[in-house]
Amino acid sequence: MAICGGSVNKVAIEFKAVSKEYPLYSHLAGGLKGFIFNFPRSLKGITRERFTALKDISFSIHQGETVAFMGRNGAGKSTTLGLMAGVLKPSSGQVMISGRVSPLLELGGGFHSDLTGRENIRLNGVLLGLTRKQVEAREAEIIEFSELGEFIDQPIRMYSSGMLSRLGFSVVAHLEPEILLIDEILAVGDIQFQEKCKKKIQEFKKNGVTIILVSHSIGDVRALCDRVIWIENHIVRNDGPTSEVLPQYEQFFS
Amino acid sequence: MRDLVIVLTQKELKARYKHMKLGYLWSLGNPLAYGLIYWLVFKFVMKVKIEGFPLFLVSGLFPWQWFVNSIGVSANTFVGNASLIKKVNFPRNLLSLVVSTQDLIHFLAALPIIFGFMLIYQKPFSPLLLVGVPALAMIQLLYTYSLGLIVSTVNIFFRDAERLIGIFITFLFYLTPIVYNLDMVPEEFRKYVILNPLAPLILNWRGLFLEGNLNGSWLILSMGYGLAFFLMGQWIYKKLSWRFAEVL
Ligand SMILES: Nc1ncnc2c1ncn2[C@@H]1O[C@H](COP(=O)(O)OP(=O)(O)O)[C@@H](O)[C@H]1O
Ligand SMILES: [Mg+2]
Repeated sequence: MAICGGSVNKVAIEFKAVSKEYPLYSHLAGGLKGFIFNFPRSLKGITRERFTALKDISFSIHQGETVAFMGRNGAGKSTTLGLMAGVLKPSSGQVMISGRVSPLLELGGGFHSDLTGRENIRLNGVLLGLTRKQVEAREAEIIEFSELGEFIDQPIRMYSSGMLSRLGFSVVAHLEPEILLIDEILAVGDIQFQEKCKKKIQEFKKNGVTIILVSHSIGDVRALCDRVIWIENHIVRNDGPTSEVLPQYEQFFS
Repeated sequence: MRDLVIVLTQKELKARYKHMKLGYLWSLGNPLAYGLIYWLVFKFVMKVKIEGFPLFLVSGLFPWQWFVNSIGVSANTFVGNASLIKKVNFPRNLLSLVVSTQDLIHFLAALPIIFGFMLIYQKPFSPLLLVGVPALAMIQLLYTYSLGLIVSTVNIFFRDAERLIGIFITFLFYLTPIVYNLDMVPEEFRKYVILNPLAPLILNWRGLFLEGNLNGSWLILSMGYGLAFFLMGQWIYKKLSWRFAEVL
């Protein structure tokens, strides 16, 4: 496997035979009442009925690599990122992370709809492990980058999805993450902001930030990523340099 | 970590009250309004004979209000923070701690009202208050944090838990000696009243404000309940916390 940035770099993310199963939570839909009245069936549901989202996945990503995860909807890409962010736990296998992970950047971003953009920035910052002072020091820069103007003091419930992505990306981009997880948000902003994000990502690449990108855009992946991991049917179908994997991916779906 | 707690607290306050001062007024107004109603009903309709009845009511209703607020709000602690939980890995029980601490602070801020009633009814300010208030407050925090953690966790998996808890709380109110005295309970039932974990706590609060004393065995009993809730809460949380992001 060719690794951009040289083999001197340490491993930032390692998946060792990782599988992730979700119980089918449908038996919870009836609430506590339903659960108790159908107890034997509910219990069976919890223990037996499972849905496999990832099957025996292994890869390692080195510090400073920019890796795209591609594949159909439901293939297991967001699950993979959730495992990296540490919000999900694998059912079997091991996930090892070294470095400060950014909060997942995904659609419908933001943390709490009653909070203003500015308050979301603060919360985001301390969750990344910075102090309030450190976050405040960067606040002006973040707001400027986001171009949200006076909307920054409005509750984010009033934001459009494009504005939420702007906010999310701007915050994370200015809080010095070591590992950046981006799940399909590049596609929502307007073109001008998309370009700005891509420039920022290029800058991160130069600074050795590890970047994980989920995207369906061939163009973005070609421009930004060194490596593509293609997930199909919950397993890794192909993993290699962008120049090798991307043409196969394109061909498969054309 | 300290900064995380501060920012989470600010966030919770904002999410709950939209405005901090209003939140405080609410925490005062609510028990006072209930106090007024119970006073009217029990004093004039049911002709209950308890000396200094308003002080009697207030000294039980304020701790009760703290308890109910904490438990009621905690149904939403994790569900209301879904996007946070799904994006970042941090100790989720911090959220419960923040919620319950907030209600503790509101309770402490409401103490002057109780002291005011003590002045009106010419109750002496015993030095025991200096020890008793922090001690009982810590025990009650243990209750609210732990039970809040359990409620908020269960409510992620079963969204109707919230409603069941509402019904349960109504029962609990009348099972706890708040609007009545332990002496008014028939002798043979008194030992069962104490089985209700809130009873020894509330009785001690009232004893502290009305007579300036603490009952040692009730104190130990409530500590025991608190500890048991805490262990239970942590156990449930440990077992289930890693599933939060899956279900939310
Ligand atoms: N919280 C969940 N509970 C149950 N099933 C889930 C959950 N999240 C995802 N899945 C299932 O796991 C599979 C992979 O989902 P996901 O990782 O979101 O795919 P992708 O991001 O590649 O579109 C999907 O089939 C989805 O239905
Ligand atoms: Mg996805």
